[in-house]
Amino acid sequence: MTNYWPLLGIALVVVGFALRMNPMLVVSASAIVTGLLGGMDLVQVISTFGKAFNDNRIIAIVWIVLPVIGLLERHGLQQRAAALIRGFKNATTGRLLILYLLYRQLTAAIGLHSTAGHPQTVRPLVAPMALAAAEKQHGELDEDTTETVKAYAAATDNVGLFFGEDIFFAIGSIVLIQQTLVTYGYNLAPLELAVWAIPSAVCAFLIHGLRLLLLDRRLARRAP
Amino acid sequence: MITLHWLYALAGAMFAAFAFLSALDRSNPKHFGNAAFWGLMALSLLAGDLIGDFGNGLLVLGLAGLAGFGFIGRSHPPTTSEEEREAWSQRLGNTLFLPALIIPITALVGTLLYNYTPLGGYGWIEAKRETYVFLGLGVLLALATIFIWLKPPPLAPLQESRRLIDAIGWAAVLPQMLAALGVLFAAAGVGTVIGEVTQAIIPKGNVFATVAVFGLGMAMFTIIMGNAFAAFPVMAAAIGVPLLIQGYGGNPAVVGAVGMLAGFCGTLMTPMAANFNLVPAALLELKDQYGVIRAQVATALPLLVVNILIIYLAAFR
Repeated sequence: MTNYWPLLGIALVVVGFALRMNPMLVVSASAIVTGLLGGMDLVQVISTFGKAFNDNRIIAIVWIVLPVIGLLERHGLQQRAAALIRGFKNATTGRLLILYLLYRQLTAAIGLHSTAGHPQTVRPLVAPMALAAAEKQHGELDEDTTETVKAYAAATDNVGLFFGEDIFFAIGSIVLIQQTLVTYGYNLAPLELAVWAIPSAVCAFLIHGLRLLLLDRRLARRAP
Repeated sequence: MITLHWLYALAGAMFAAFAFLSALDRSNPKHFGNAAFWGLMALSLLAGDLIGDFGNGLLVLGLAGLAGFGFIGRSHPPTTSEEEREAWSQRLGNTLFLPALIIPITALVGTLLYNYTPLGGYGWIEAKRETYVFLGLGVLLALATIFIWLKPPPLAPLQESRRLIDAIGWAAVLPQMLAALGVLFAAAGVGTVIGEVTQAIIPKGNVFATVAVFGLGMAMFTIIMGNAFAAFPVMAAAIGVPLLIQGYGGNPAVVGAVGMLAGFCGTLMTPMAANFNLVPAALLELKDQYGVIRAQVATALPLLVVNILIIYLAAFR
């Protein structure tokens, strides 16, 4: 007879995250409940969880890059990124955002994902520049169009980050994949995983880039 | 032989420094909480093999308790002002990006040299882990370069990285927690159960349908939980490993890497991922708090299809 009870552990994660409870507590509670329902006693569960955490310490070593990033920020890395992005200013809205998408994907792929982001670059730079470009080509913008352009600026940042960062092998998600598969006996090198992020990254650029060009056309149609 | 333990020692020393500097940082009202949290991380990295499985278990529960009950907070270590940074940026120009490039280049070149020249034959480095070792070397080279070039104060790398790690907070430990949860799922037989159920629903031998359920499942779980990291151990235990890899002989690298990216498509479509989708809507003063998600759906859906196709076409050649 199959024991279906451990599935409650999954349900607990889903409900816990959905209720916005602290993820560290949700994960710990789910681990303990899953283990108990799987037939372990409490000491066994805590030991298994502790051993698993210890076996996965490699995930924590991705943070050793922080001193380098921190020192560069101290010397104006974010300001330099901003200057680079400001250089895109003579483009149409869509093309400007395509350049930003490329910037975001490429920098994330080499581990510089912290040089950009919603508070650092989108709000102070990318969104205002995209709006200015839209006004320059199409005259004054109505409220809906302003909303659309701003939303696309934020969306472009997310797409660029998500489909760039996994090409950098020393990122939490790649190490998490590697360590999860090790549990089942598949020992992969991080680069083997990271190269498989490239096809999706290219497709993300093409799909989102096409939508940005369509945004340009839509803006042109609204022109007076 | 250089093993991962050398890297654990390096990272452990860094977290120990965070703990020490946190303890002394009176400007942060929660400085003892931060010191305890990063101290436990240091203990895990430096001495995890000495304190036993149960000891490690208590350590994890300690981390979860400190984070979950609000004992850690953001700090503001000494750093440069906005004006100083602007001046540095103007003076140094785009060369400022170069030290950061040292890290991936060292890792990539090192890995390739080690694997495709006779160097690897000496067995200096733990197998399959050479990229991490070269990552560590790259970090040290980059730090040395910055010190020779810009001559920052000696404590600056630790204070600046403490500023960054405190901004990330407990989220820095979450991926490792989730990986451990995945182990518990596997040990309790969660994968077997879901695998059986799925096998009963999906026609046996239909690889494409199984890949599609895997990709959609990653996206769906991510939409519900707001986090692809949390979805991955679940879907790997349920479908990825028992069906796609073990059952149909799929390439584990493709199933794993692209499966995670299918989850990222879900992240683009969920208000649960507030940092990415709701916070920017507020930052940009959008009237529609779901405006960013609306702008992303038409990218996310075709991309999800593409990711499913990539798994199907590349993993089963």
